[in-house]
Amino acid sequence: MTFLNAHAELLITLVKIALLLFIVLTVNAYLTWFERKVVARMQSRWGPHRVGPYGLLQPAADGLKFLFKEDPTPEGVDRVVYYLAPLLALALALTSLAVIPFGPEPLRFFGHDIYLSITPPDLNIGLLVLFAITALSVYGVALAGWSSNSKYPLLGGLRSSAQMVSYELALTLSVVGVLLMANSFNLKDIIVAQAQHPERGIFGWNIWPQIIGFLCFFTAAVAETNRVPFDLPEAESELVAGFHTEYASFKFAMFFIAEYTSMITVSCLCTIMFFGGWLSPFPASWTFTHYLPSAILIPFGLWLIWAGIRYETIFGRIILPGLGTVIALLGLTLAVFPGVNSFIQAPFWFLAKVFVFLFVYVWMRGTLPRFRYDQLMSFGWKVLLPVSIVNVVITSFIILLRSGWK
Amino acid sequence: MTPQLILFIVLAALSVVGALSLILQKHPIHSALSLIVVMVALAGLYLLMGAEFVAAVQIIVYGGAIMVLFVFVIMLLNAGAEEYTNFSKLAGFAGVPLGIALTGFIAAAIARSAGTAQVSGSAAVLAPTRTISEMIFKDFVYPFELTSFLILVAIMGAIVLAAHKEE
Repeated sequence: MTFLNAHAELLITLVKIALLLFIVLTVNAYLTWFERKVVARMQSRWGPHRVGPYGLLQPAADGLKFLFKEDPTPEGVDRVVYYLAPLLALALALTSLAVIPFGPEPLRFFGHDIYLSITPPDLNIGLLVLFAITALSVYGVALAGWSSNSKYPLLGGLRSSAQMVSYELALTLSVVGVLLMANSFNLKDIIVAQAQHPERGIFGWNIWPQIIGFLCFFTAAVAETNRVPFDLPEAESELVAGFHTEYASFKFAMFFIAEYTSMITVSCLCTIMFFGGWLSPFPASWTFTHYLPSAILIPFGLWLIWAGIRYETIFGRIILPGLGTVIALLGLTLAVFPGVNSFIQAPFWFLAKVFVFLFVYVWMRGTLPRFRYDQLMSFGWKVLLPVSIVNVVITSFIILLRSGWK
Repeated sequence: MTPQLILFIVLAALSVVGALSLILQKHPIHSALSLIVVMVALAGLYLLMGAEFVAAVQIIVYGGAIMVLFVFVIMLLNAGAEEYTNFSKLAGFAGVPLGIALTGFIAAAIARSAGTAQVSGSAAVLAPTRTISEMIFKDFVYPFELTSFLILVAIMGAIVLAAHKEE
């Protein structure tokens, strides 16, 4: 026991890392399912529906397939860099999640405060750490393209380096307005600064004064994560599969997981900086909104039970009602215990907003065509960058005026 | 062995090994990657001293922006592996003694100041973002602006040299 007590901080952090990795990888897997289902619905198709009820086991099947595929190394590749690139991409993408705070209140557990983020909540350079990781994540893509010793990956790698370097400027400048308003790099302080007027609810968030900053940030962030409409590095009609053409099996899966993880990170960042993080969109006095999580979970669980018992396969008739019962019971727990109820508010709103942004990502993929390469570059340098600079200037002038022009 | 000391030894070793590998690697991309390792290890050392902001900026500017440009240029030129040439005579006659002398001077300076020199205030007090910004934009605003103007001139010079001449 003395060993446990002496190293409590370290052990708690290790457990948190393991837990977050497990959650993020699971969410990643089901994000692919969600994306395929939503895009399919937008294109009037069914999407995955064979493996498991509603195709819910499709991610597991995909994962197994990635694991068991042959893993060839093409001839003439630069071996060290070829193996390093997917590792780098995945490691950096997963590291960036460590600084995201998911809720303000610590869990009390045997006398230890366990905060809902891996790094301590007073990390003063939270946002800078994220930008540092973004700055390094170019290498994963660029080196993969270069080391493959093949022309399409090289072109994809070059395109992506150019694109990421160009959009990183706009990405960084577009959040300066938020930083000026919060007066801090600390992600927690940025959220707290949006709660200065608890009665305003949704109207106190940064999205209203910083709407230009948000538009610039989200556009640049989509370009940084190489997603549609900025997925030029892997434009399949021109470059086969871009930088990961020569990667197979789990090395390809690592790029895939890295891309989806950075989607989650960007969604978290949008939530934190512009949409109030874990703050509720309702005025603080509306305490009845605390039952909203239950009001969503219980009907959803009941619907799942109802739909599940009439599902066509036996497996589905067992699994779906079981899942529905668990969800409904979870919703009931949140409603019945006041301590649990008040604790869950912040993470609930945070995750709900992140989910909305993930949906927007998928929505864009189902809607927008890809940019042409020269359009992409001129958009980044001639539109996004000047607009974000103008936003910085306007914001600083307004802040200066409000503080009394000293 | 405190955790700080272990971290320091690991990071210091990493930066020295990275620096050696930067010189000894044959391929330009491998050299560039070694340089990135040095930059990131240095950022870790800054972080260890409590200079959070400097550490983050070190990675963003040097590890990210500048080195990406290096890698980008090497990829564009498609530079191949270098071949070792004969040992330069100038390096033998002037370089080696000067290198040894420089190392000796630095070692002597460190040995003399060991234990006597005190950093005024710990780095954690000196280095927060607010203090750095006050230094840059208040105390040293003219040198800072002059430097950025110099960089601007350099960029314009590069563009003039690189731009195609109108026929």
